[in-house]
This record gives sequence, structure tokens and C-alpha cells, in this order.
Amino acid sequence: MAKITAGVGSSHVPLLGVAVDQGKTQDDYFGPIFAGYEWTREWEKTEKPDVIVLVYNDHASAFDMKIVPTFAIGTGAHYKPADEGWGPRQVPDVEGHPDLAWHIAQSLILDDFDMTIINEMDVDHGLTVPLSMMFGTPDKWPAKIIPLAVNVVTYPVPSGNRCWALGEAIKRAVESFPEDLNVQIWGTGGMSHQLQGPRAGLLNREWDNKFLDLLVGDSQEARAIPHIEYLRETGSEGIEMVMWLIMRGALGKTTKCLHRHYHIPCSNTAIGHIVLEPAD
Amino acid sequence: MADQKPTQSIHEYLAEFDDIPGTRVYTAARARRGYHINQFAMSLMKAENRERFKADEKAYLDEWDISDEGKAALLARDYNKLLDLGGNVYFLSKLFSTDGLSFAEAVSTMTDMTFPEYREMMLQGGRSPEGNRSIKGGY
Repeated sequence: MAKITAGVGSSHVPLLGVAVDQGKTQDDYFGPIFAGYEWTREWEKTEKPDVIVLVYNDHASAFDMKIVPTFAIGTGAHYKPADEGWGPRQVPDVEGHPDLAWHIAQSLILDDFDMTIINEMDVDHGLTVPLSMMFGTPDKWPAKIIPLAVNVVTYPVPSGNRCWALGEAIKRAVESFPEDLNVQIWGTGGMSHQLQGPRAGLLNREWDNKFLDLLVGDSQEARAIPHIEYLRETGSEGIEMVMWLIMRGALGKTTKCLHRHYHIPCSNTAIGHIVLEPAD
Repeated sequence: MADQKPTQSIHEYLAEFDDIPGTRVYTAARARRGYHINQFAMSLMKAENRERFKADEKAYLDEWDISDEGKAALLARDYNKLLDLGGNVYFLSKLFSTDGLSFAEAVSTMTDMTFPEYREMMLQGGRSPEGNRSIKGGY
């Protein structure tokens, strides 16, 4: 039986990808950010997940305004890094896991989640930056990836409650897959940041840390946070944090925190990172 | 019969967004209004389009169903105006890249700060949410 053994939350700021690609991860600016991921890189080497369900948002790379899927799951065998306007990142192609992805997609639809299914797409920094943060610069990514793209750009985006419930359904789906697989789920994006308008640059250390607190243990409080609270407290792009709730929902009733990291700033953004395991 | 949980009224949901200082939430109304601005920006992901745009910006823009006001704002890189016209920053960022601007530098042009001032604010912990959460509430 496949099993979700851990959840990882992480920001996916594009500048982190630039730092990795240009070998700047140890300098004064980026050093403290990357130091907070060292624990996780070592931990992943021993965990050796077979598959990662990677929850992220596309930043006008694979999707434009022609089609805006709320929840989309990648069922393809491989995905190439997207050209986001300055050429694709020179990172390995991403390998999918079509058997598990199709199993999850079918199960979710029967479980009342009307998923969009994607067989072909390119994946942007939202997906490849977390891989670089957790795995460094290997020749080949050490796990198969099932991309799960969430619309967090065009409003209304899905509610936190719906995201959490989707996570719960993903857990049920994974656990009904017959093959023995070690599956992780990653929620990416955030934390506080605003990239637009005169209020750009807003960061909220206190709120972000309260959000991290709510992911640990058996609290369900985070699923009720309304969009307006994310917008007021964490900036217009802080809404990406609803994607972390898909990860949290997939970990069951109670979680234990294995590792946590927070750093301000990276470019316009507050960096947050947490590693959780189910504790039921 | 299934229990129909009352959902939040879309009108109330949207009205709250107007109470956030210095912020244009990318609502359906903005997405509709800015559709061609955003799709134009998206076209700049292709190298050959970037070259054509750079060679003659006005001529390239004339190929798109964008208002004169929108074209003027694009030519002037007036990003706050473009947000008002329904532009979204993830799409407009394709124009930042075409111009060779970093995300942070382009974002700083929407604030009342110079880029060095903005960068310094970020290094000092970013803009405080204090007083920046609500226009009506002033908190």
C-alpha cells in the first residue's frame, strides 16, 4: 500500500532558483536562507521518497488566461522546466508517476473533487525551486513528481477549507493504491508577500509564524481562515499559503513538526519552511 | 436532501477587497478587463516576440485588442495604471523580464520609493502590516 509519510511546506521564490543556478547559495544574502534547508536535504537522503505530490501554482507559464483550472493534476510521464522569459532553468526534467497520478485523479473525481487532468505541460519555478531547495543540484531528481497546480491568481481562488479537504481526499486516494510507495506531499508558495501596487513589500513575521504554529498538532483552525485575512495580513500574494493546507490536510488528524525555518527577506518575500509527519 | 451549506455571498466577498490599501485584487472583473493586456504580456515569453516588440513597441501593441489607454500605460511601464486596467503582476512580469528588470526593481516602481529605498525596506523586515490592513478600519 502506498502511504503519505511526510509533508513539506516551502516558499518557492524564483530568486532562490537563480541563487542555486548561479552558485550563490552560500553568500551573505542567501546563506541564512539555504542554511535553514540543510536539515531537510540530509533528511530527504534517508527518507528516499518514491513519489512527491507537489502542490504549487503556475505563474503564467503553462497556463495563461485562456484556461484557469482551480485544481489540476499532472498525469504525464515527464515535464520540462518552463521558459519564464529568460530561458528554462538548467535543472533536470521532472519525471512523473502516471500510474499513481491517474489513480489519484480518478479517486478524487469519485470523491467529489472535479479535477482538471493535464497530460502535457511545462513546469515553472513554483515546482522546480522547491526541488532545488530540498534536493540541491543532482543530475536527476531523486523522486517521481506528481504536479498539483492550484489557481491562486484569479479570484475567487479555492477556500482554505476546500484545500484542506482536497488534502484529506488525496490521503484516501494514496492509501488505496496497491503498490508499496513512500509518498510525500509538499505545499509550496508564500509566505507573506505582495508584488503589486503601492502596498508592495508587505511582510508579516508574526502572522506567518502563527500560521506555521497552526499546521502542527491537531488544530483545524487554519482551514477557516478567510481569503480577506490572508490579503490584509500577508499581502496579495500571501494567499499562496492556502496551498500549504492541501499538504496539511493530507497528513491526517495530528502532525508532529520535525523541522521549521523562517527568514526575512528573499527579494520581496518572507521565506517559510516546515517539515511535518503524521502523528496519528 | 443534501444539506445546502450557505456559501458566502460573492458580492460581500468582493466588496471586502476594495478595503485593502494600495492593492488591486485580481478579481474576475479585472481579469475580464485586462484579458488582452495579460495575453499580450504572455506573448513575450517567446524570444521572437520579444525581439519584434523591442524593435517597434507601438507596432507590436497595435496587433492587440488593447485600448489606447492600455497601450499608453504599457509603453510608459505605468504598472499601477496597468493594474487598474486589469493587468496581473504574474503576466506583467513577462514585460519586466523583457526589459531586463528584476522582479523587486519592477515592483518598487509601484510604490512611492526608489529601488534602493525599497530594497532597504525589505532588508529591514519589509513593509509593516500596521495601518496597512484596512482603509475603513485604519488598522
